[in-house]
Amino acid sequence: MKFKSRNFDQASNVLEITGLTVRLTGNDKADPVLDAVSLKIRQGETVCLVGESGSGKSVTSLSIMGLLPKGVLAATGGHIELEGRNLLELNAQAMRDMRARKISMIFQEPMTALNPVLRVGEQIGEVLDTHTKLPAREKKARVLDIMNQVHLPDVERIYRSYPHQLSGGQRQRIMIAMALILEPQLLIADEPTTALDVTTQKQILSLIAELQEKHGTAVLFITHDMGVVAEIADTVHVMKLGRIVEHAPVETLLRAPKQDYTRQLLQSVPSLSPRAPRAMPEGQTVLAVEGLQKVYGAHGVFSRREPTRAANDVRFSIPRGRTLGIVGESGSGKSTVARCIMRLIDPTEGEIRVAGKEIATLTRRQLRPYRRHIQIVFQDPFRSLNPRWTIGRSLIEGPLNIGEDKQAALARAADLLTLVGLPDDAVHRYPHQFSGGQRQRVAIARAIAMEPDVLVADEAVSALDVSVQAQVLDLLDELQQKLGIAILFITHDLRVAAQICDEVLVMQHGHVVEHGTAAEVLSNPQHAYTRALIEAAPGRSWDFANFKELQGA
Amino acid sequence: MAANPQPAARLQWFFGAIALPSGWRVGVGPMIAATVLTLIVLSALFAPLLAPHDPLAMDALQRLKGPSDTYPLGTDAYGRDLMSRVLTGGQISLFIGIGAAIVSVVIGLLIGLVSGFFRVADAIIMRLMDSLMAIPSILLAIALVALNGPSIWSVMGAITIPEIPRVVRLVRSVVLSAREEPYVEAAMALGSSMPKILWQHLMPNTLAPLIVQGTYICASAILTEAILSFLGAGVSTEIPTWGNIMAEGRVYFQIKPSLIFWPGLMLSLCILSINLLGDTARDLLDPRLKKREG
Repeated sequence: MKFKSRNFDQASNVLEITGLTVRLTGNDKADPVLDAVSLKIRQGETVCLVGESGSGKSVTSLSIMGLLPKGVLAATGGHIELEGRNLLELNAQAMRDMRARKISMIFQEPMTALNPVLRVGEQIGEVLDTHTKLPAREKKARVLDIMNQVHLPDVERIYRSYPHQLSGGQRQRIMIAMALILEPQLLIADEPTTALDVTTQKQILSLIAELQEKHGTAVLFITHDMGVVAEIADTVHVMKLGRIVEHAPVETLLRAPKQDYTRQLLQSVPSLSPRAPRAMPEGQTVLAVEGLQKVYGAHGVFSRREPTRAANDVRFSIPRGRTLGIVGESGSGKSTVARCIMRLIDPTEGEIRVAGKEIATLTRRQLRPYRRHIQIVFQDPFRSLNPRWTIGRSLIEGPLNIGEDKQAALARAADLLTLVGLPDDAVHRYPHQFSGGQRQRVAIARAIAMEPDVLVADEAVSALDVSVQAQVLDLLDELQQKLGIAILFITHDLRVAAQICDEVLVMQHGHVVEHGTAAEVLSNPQHAYTRALIEAAPGRSWDFANFKELQGA
Repeated sequence: MAANPQPAARLQWFFGAIALPSGWRVGVGPMIAATVLTLIVLSALFAPLLAPHDPLAMDALQRLKGPSDTYPLGTDAYGRDLMSRVLTGGQISLFIGIGAAIVSVVIGLLIGLVSGFFRVADAIIMRLMDSLMAIPSILLAIALVALNGPSIWSVMGAITIPEIPRVVRLVRSVVLSAREEPYVEAAMALGSSMPKILWQHLMPNTLAPLIVQGTYICASAILTEAILSFLGAGVSTEIPTWGNIMAEGRVYFQIKPSLIFWPGLMLSLCILSINLLGDTARDLLDPRLKKREG
């Protein structure tokens, strides 16, 4: 793994934060949101701020931009110095003047950061309107120039496009163009690639690096992804609960982390090397899918639009006690497959055999007795439990449906909670009293309560912080060993797939492009798309958990 | 209703000053409204005890008299006691208001749940609702009265039927967004039946907006009843309602304005109170507004 190793001792400071403290307004007793945060960014340097959700990464960036929500958070101490001026003392007018010209920012979700009813060219031009007085022709020339610099194809056409007509990657390029058009000294990037597919992420990361080199911009890059850190950082600051616990040049930090928290964070990063192969169990096949197809927009006699094939001739089978991963980028059809198998949507064609019973063509009513054999855990832990129901009521919903006695079901619910590592008195509490990871445990318990043969995990750990992610993956593994369930694991994250799957199936545009054991697919990919996916995984040749190069890479 | 739900800061004392034990803040205004409404409801309920005279008893010698000890608010053109009539009139008005609100909310809720959840039913139901919405309640009332004769039930029907589509639309929109929630899909995967999902998972989401909508329907129904009675298309003229009393008083308005003033005052106070309470309920139940204040 080649890390960045430039020396910035001679470079001048662009931004220097000293002792920045941010508190909830009107509540001096509560713990500060940011506690004496200090960091400096030098010209041309990329500083990564990493930490789990709630650690104060975004509050730090908002403080620099002067965008802390009024009446909720306020900076109560410290300095943020840019070119010798303390940003915290500037009035609103002066701060507005600094934004875009001196500091600019790009966000996680480019769709919501762009105005959907304005052409993107005009939106970039708006930045120039606010801060400069250029004649129209020159303005357009500058906009087209920056659009060329961010490598957008056919800039004249894209200039006239609306955000919804562009892909996610193109939208993020537009955001970067807007941020850099006035050549600011500092670019703040707040999780700019989190919402993008890995292959697009790779392109955006190299674009930021390229422009940074060209313009000498300093970059404050906020991320939770250690892989991204390894790829782009010069210096890394690790945040926890509003404090910076450790900072060091990237290679030092990844090779020899000093603080326990940093070690713990790095150790929970799943490795890209596949799990040790497990002996093939003699258990019978519990889920078999044959020729599964889902076509959207096929009906309609007068419709000229080509029907969309979200899934095409998908076939696989899972025996008891094994895990099959479906890997792919957004739009690859992996969730469509999961939802077809769950019969949340109806497949257009194909067979789905769950515990020996063909369920693809059953009506909803006929299907109900077979539901218990196959259960699902969703991605978003905040929406997958009914907020008005106690945990206990959610847990017994399924068992009551199959005729279990209420008292027995409640008693079993308490046992299930213990099984997934939650206190059994959680039965009487509501979802909002739990963290994301705990709620995901409840969702798993709810699925397990039906004693299913197959558990479908649809991006079940994608919304969780890495340390929590590792715990939930361990839990799934443990449950599998205890109960012998088969798991169908849908994910976009190759690292997660490598950790948990025995077999991996790679999907692209609704087709299965590769299918084999995890070891085969990840170490010796045959299809070009699989290779591209693996290549795009950031920090792929570094073994974070062991602080060294990945063996064999 | 008011386009700006955020009360101006200087009206804060009026709209949001008193903190209830539950942590909800309720202003002086809603408190007064609640008190006024309670008084009106009680006076209507106990009208037979409070009224000094029989509201229907005529006295040819006491026509159009001013306020006196025997007739606290004076008498009307037939010598009937105005106070007794106004108190009794509240019974019918409030009955129609509350009745129309409950009936239209309950029917609308059931239709809306089905319409929001089942795509096939949705197309048919919503077209039906669109056509119902096109019927003006006054026209419908005149038609119903012409068919069945003037009665409380004709008026109730005329007011309730056009309100149902509005409730259906509201419920349907809530269900449409809630049915996409993963917890609803999880319930499907757990084998819960459709009626169970509709009633236990989706219905509770509609309650808050329905309470608010219900208060508005109640207020507008009381008003519509008064309008219909005033036009002579409402409840039969022997039964006193606020609208009927005003309709009869109209002829003598110039010599005796109190015949319109007193029922009109009761009507305005009643509707104002209900609307204020509805606004308060909306603010309290809407999490977005609560957050903004926090």
